[in-house]
Amino acid sequence: MAQRAFKLSRNLAGRGLALLIALLMGSAALALALQSGRPVLSASDWGAVRFSLLQAVLSALLSVALALPVARALARRRFAGRGVLIAAMGAPFLLPVLVAALGLLGVFGRNGLLNQALMAIELPGVQIYGLSGVLLGHVFLNMPLAVRMLLHGWQAIPQEQVRLAESLGLGPRAQFRHLEGPMLRQVLPGALLAVFLVCLSSFALVLILGGGPKATTLELAIYQAVRFDFDLPRAAALALVQFGLCALAVLLAGGRARLPMGGGLDRAQALPRPGGWRLGFDALALGLAALFLAAPLAVVVLRGLPGLLSLPPVVWQAALTSVLMALAAAFLCGLCLLALTPAAVAGRRGVELAAMAPMATSALALGAGLFLILHPFVAPSALSLPITVLVNVLMALPFGLRLLMPAWAAAEAGQGRLAESLGMRGMSRLRFALLPRLRRPFGMALGVAAALSMGDLGVITLFASDQSLTLPLQVWSLMGAYRSAQAEAAALLLVLLSFGLFALFDLWGRRNAAA
Amino acid sequence: MKALICAASLLTLTAGAGLAQKPVLTVLTYDSFAADWGPGPIVEKAFEAVCGCDLRFLPGGDGAAVLSRLRLEGARSEADVVLGLDTALTAQAAQTGLFVPHGQAAAPDLPVPYEDPLFLPFDWGWFAFNYDKTRLPAPPASFEELAASDLKVVIQDPRSSTPGLGLVMWVKAAYGARAPEIWEGLSDNILTVTPGWSEAYDLFLKGEADMVLSYSTSPAYHLIAERDDSKAAAGFAEGHYLQIEVAGQLKSARDPELAQRFMAFLLSGEFQAAIPETNWMYPAKTPAAGLPQGFETLMRPEKSLLFTAEEAAALRGEAVDEWRSALSN
Repeated sequence: MAQRAFKLSRNLAGRGLALLIALLMGSAALALALQSGRPVLSASDWGAVRFSLLQAVLSALLSVALALPVARALARRRFAGRGVLIAAMGAPFLLPVLVAALGLLGVFGRNGLLNQALMAIELPGVQIYGLSGVLLGHVFLNMPLAVRMLLHGWQAIPQEQVRLAESLGLGPRAQFRHLEGPMLRQVLPGALLAVFLVCLSSFALVLILGGGPKATTLELAIYQAVRFDFDLPRAAALALVQFGLCALAVLLAGGRARLPMGGGLDRAQALPRPGGWRLGFDALALGLAALFLAAPLAVVVLRGLPGLLSLPPVVWQAALTSVLMALAAAFLCGLCLLALTPAAVAGRRGVELAAMAPMATSALALGAGLFLILHPFVAPSALSLPITVLVNVLMALPFGLRLLMPAWAAAEAGQGRLAESLGMRGMSRLRFALLPRLRRPFGMALGVAAALSMGDLGVITLFASDQSLTLPLQVWSLMGAYRSAQAEAAALLLVLLSFGLFALFDLWGRRNAAA
Repeated sequence: MKALICAASLLTLTAGAGLAQKPVLTVLTYDSFAADWGPGPIVEKAFEAVCGCDLRFLPGGDGAAVLSRLRLEGARSEADVVLGLDTALTAQAAQTGLFVPHGQAAAPDLPVPYEDPLFLPFDWGWFAFNYDKTRLPAPPASFEELAASDLKVVIQDPRSSTPGLGLVMWVKAAYGARAPEIWEGLSDNILTVTPGWSEAYDLFLKGEADMVLSYSTSPAYHLIAERDDSKAAAGFAEGHYLQIEVAGQLKSARDPELAQRFMAFLLSGEFQAAIPETNWMYPAKTPAAGLPQGFETLMRPEKSLLFTAEEAAALRGEAVDEWRSALSN
């Protein structure tokens, strides 16, 4: 009975918050839809739907498939620089899309390093613009994220089970079937879903690397409707279609199995490290992944470095604004996650759906809806910073939830009964029973929230005022004024700060983390 | 110490009160106009010196986004004046009914006669394909030559960017019913399509493409600000489409008289002299000292193309569809 009451009260906070999120997003959509005019979706819009789906499905499959060997190698090998490599895996995902695209083109573009090298040895060049370019871009941005998510899965396999498997003399194949397989069944849908959702609403990268209007996504159509045609009912209709696709994906990826494993004692983990060809394979996977991720990043760093110290003061000021906003977003996101995750873990599909919904929502459509709601009461430019933080918190929640849910479920499965028998509730249960097991994904979730908020260029543009110049806006503004050297330096500063914030939170999570 | 703090806070208060008494003029404009390195700060200083007011720029994205922002805000806009729409947008802007006539004489130094009771031009430029003379010694001299070459160009998406829309209008103005055929011919020359001007221009600077859609004045930036004379704009025999940037006064302006003074200030020598080397466009009224040195080296088209606002609005949907279907094959 006590257990019931406890679960009920805790879920209440999460359910209330989920309801609030749903209301907020619903009213934003309604505000758009209620504008005069009737939405008409044309044949080309359905073409955009098809292309959005195609590229998102392929991007998710490719990113996760390529992440598997890398995550496994990272989980079972120990080598100098491993920690750095894991930390650096956060970097591409956090790059502002434009910076990432320009970095990738510096390597794979027509005049990029790869084609220059091919030309030097008189081989035909590669041409990436088109679907291949889109997939390349999305794998670059999202494969590392998938690696991190899968790595958490491997690290969550209790040490006791590994030892048991070893003492039973299970070979690599049998170990896969009994330990890694069940873990993957738990973790893979979440990773696939996360990448799919990110890619579904991608648009600047798709357009630049996609080579033309063939590569048009729904988000571009929404952008066009909000920013260019001012056809808000159409924007609402398109946003609704996009939302429907995402909701469908969330439902399909659901039905997760509970972790079939019993509890462990949180011992430091050591997976078996098979030698022979398996060692070679792991080394190859790690080497290729590191090279693939490092080269475009190196391009960004090398281009930005020369101008870094001569940036105008207004850029540094903007950097401070952005850092403060990012910290606020991370803090608020953390609070929301602590309320939402237990409810979602307890099987409240509604809560999970509400928290995942922002990812399915076009930030631009959401921003425009909020603008319409607020404008009668207050000058939108006066609220530009709080609104941007709010939207960024919403946008970061889905990642956080995906990261936190499996670990929370496992912690509850492992420690819940013990905590219950000791009468641990509320804060003490969170602090002693759950949080030590959640630190790793929780730190990463906060880091993602901070960094995503740092790089945001979507919502702020709608609400921008002379008081709210953020770093991404400055990068954009420098680039729009021919100052590409300064823009590259400012972009590097943005990347360094985003990644710095991410690494700080991530480090907090990984230091002394149990399990 | 306490006295010092008291004095300081008193000073701040009075300074604040002094500011509060000044009327504020809010100008909604595109980001690069308001930026530290744009014309904004120069204009602000010059106007505040004569108006006894506080001029405030509200950056609203690019030209099209500025219009969207205005339409989101409607009659309760924070802004008094909107600055930075172009002729592709004025028909929609006029339809909102939010603007009042500016009452100024027509800008004298435009390559084509342009008069609109609601919108006053403050600068203009020709769209043009830019190239690097060191990499491309003999640039194409028309769309047809470009289509026949194996050069790669970067353009902007007409659905999200004003230069992109300008190019679609350019082809339509030059070729009319033949426009789809021209786009078919160009489709294998288009390396990629970017959402906005910045990405396209950056790809060009990085050597990804041989040419980029920009303005005939773009080489002036490299020449004057970077002492680099390698960039040039290719002159096309069909003529070049114009972008005329305009400003308009809002009906809802809090202080219509002040807004009116700002509209008159647009064609003043101080405002116009700031344009060439901060906005990198041609001034709508050439300042007394003439154009800055370097502008005389720029390519000047023999023929200027421009649809009226109504024509542009009527043609836009069809022209963009032609562009899309030709490039989607």
